[in-house]
Amino acid sequence: MSHAEDTTYEDRNRELVSDLLAGEHRALARVITKIENRSPGYRDLISRLHEHTGHADVVGITGSPGAGKSTLVDKVAKTYRDAGLTVGVIAVDPSSPYTGGAVLGDRIRMASNVGDMDVFFRSMSARGQLGGLSTATADAVKALDAFGKDVILIETVGAGQNEIDIVRTADTVTVLVQPGSGDDVQMLKAGILEIGDVFVVNKADMDGVNRTVAELEEMIHLRDNPGANLDVGHHGVDTSLPEGVSGGNGRDHGDDAADDDGDDDAPDWKPTIVETVATTGDGVDELVETLADHADYLDDSGMRAEKARMRYAEEIRQLLRSDANELVKAELDRRGGVDGLAAAVADRETDPYAVAEEILEPIRECVEDRDET
Amino acid sequence: MSADTDRGQQQRNIRCLIAKVGLDGHDRGAHVIARAFRDAGFEVVYSGLHRAPDEIVQAAVQEDVDVLGISILSGAHNTLVPKIIDGLKEYGAFEDTLILVGGIVPDEDRAELKEMGVSEVFGPGTPMKETIEFVRQNAPDRD
Repeated sequence: MSHAEDTTYEDRNRELVSDLLAGEHRALARVITKIENRSPGYRDLISRLHEHTGHADVVGITGSPGAGKSTLVDKVAKTYRDAGLTVGVIAVDPSSPYTGGAVLGDRIRMASNVGDMDVFFRSMSARGQLGGLSTATADAVKALDAFGKDVILIETVGAGQNEIDIVRTADTVTVLVQPGSGDDVQMLKAGILEIGDVFVVNKADMDGVNRTVAELEEMIHLRDNPGANLDVGHHGVDTSLPEGVSGGNGRDHGDDAADDDGDDDAPDWKPTIVETVATTGDGVDELVETLADHADYLDDSGMRAEKARMRYAEEIRQLLRSDANELVKAELDRRGGVDGLAAAVADRETDPYAVAEEILEPIRECVEDRDET
Repeated sequence: MSADTDRGQQQRNIRCLIAKVGLDGHDRGAHVIARAFRDAGFEVVYSGLHRAPDEIVQAAVQEDVDVLGISILSGAHNTLVPKIIDGLKEYGAFEDTLILVGGIVPDEDRAELKEMGVSEVFGPGTPMKETIEFVRQNAPDRD
């Protein structure tokens, strides 16, 4: 590692990327660190990686704490390895909003892939930054993809914003539920039901599995046929779910909402429920098959390409937002920071709207000048 | 795509791997250290119990940690630590990883461990502050 200030990061990045493409684990690990740290030159690094990406199946796994995500990921990774595929895992754990510190414990469960370097397991902390999770994770996925991993598993706790991020990053979203996780009202509240392509009822050797499965089935049925429980002879009800975001069922062909189970010929995906016992590995083969089915569906229906385009569109927007933010921040600093302005507002010398207008004016002028030429 | 923008978003955290290696089931110390490091603002990957040296190497390389803290109370440090260090060297991860050992290590073994590449050995009763400060001072400066 060179510490010389005058070596440009381009040179180092070129070397790092060529080492990564050559299959060096150390280089891959270092690239992910740079991505996580937003180190100088990380953008150049990702730009270099981009052309090598687009080959991996990306599977997101989310669920409440203690549902068995890490254990299941371990078993799924093992199954892929037995089939001769290489696997990358990114496990996201929360970080302390006070100190920024974190204990990343998902690695403890990776017992089946001990000493197997072809399972590249990386823990990431959420680092408490809104939106930071999605960009850093998505970029880390690119690094694993460029490295040549066949399957990439992203594991994240489902407790707020994160599971929406996982939808943007993953091709297939798996939602983990454990028996006895509350009544059906909890399921209504949870908000994670809209995003799942595959639902896994883990700990299927516990009491209450059948009930949980039944409740899930009902929820999925309602989700696909919003009018199903209304029992009216009228089928004009449009699905209110954002298509694509929800895993993209090309649903609502319109007819027979009450008893149509989606048996028309067009490629279509009905969320599937799989029962597993992650600790023993029961049901894991079935889950892997289901994931493969979903991958086939994505290819056959053209959804994979469409999802990728949506993903990149969102990524461009997000980058622009954060860069525009930086521009505004720099302009703010040039004016002595926000504190002085806030004091002026508090003293009734000016008001927030006037301040914002004043700071944005030079930027706006630049943009408008461009428009006119 | 200016370097300025990059710098503005930079957020570096010290990453540590707290590792229990070999047939040593005493993990209270490792837990306490993991938690203290977390509270100091570090990102701590915990290995879990009974890990083989290979697993520790795998974890240290993949997680790209700045600091590897090996907790051994079984007295097997003279066999286990060299294996870990050799593994790190194999993957080119030895040079810029700060290696610490915590636990029961007789004085006469300390010099040998340090010669191997262990930066410091922390025995029982070491104040937490001292360990954290040592990590802050000595964590490798990468890029």
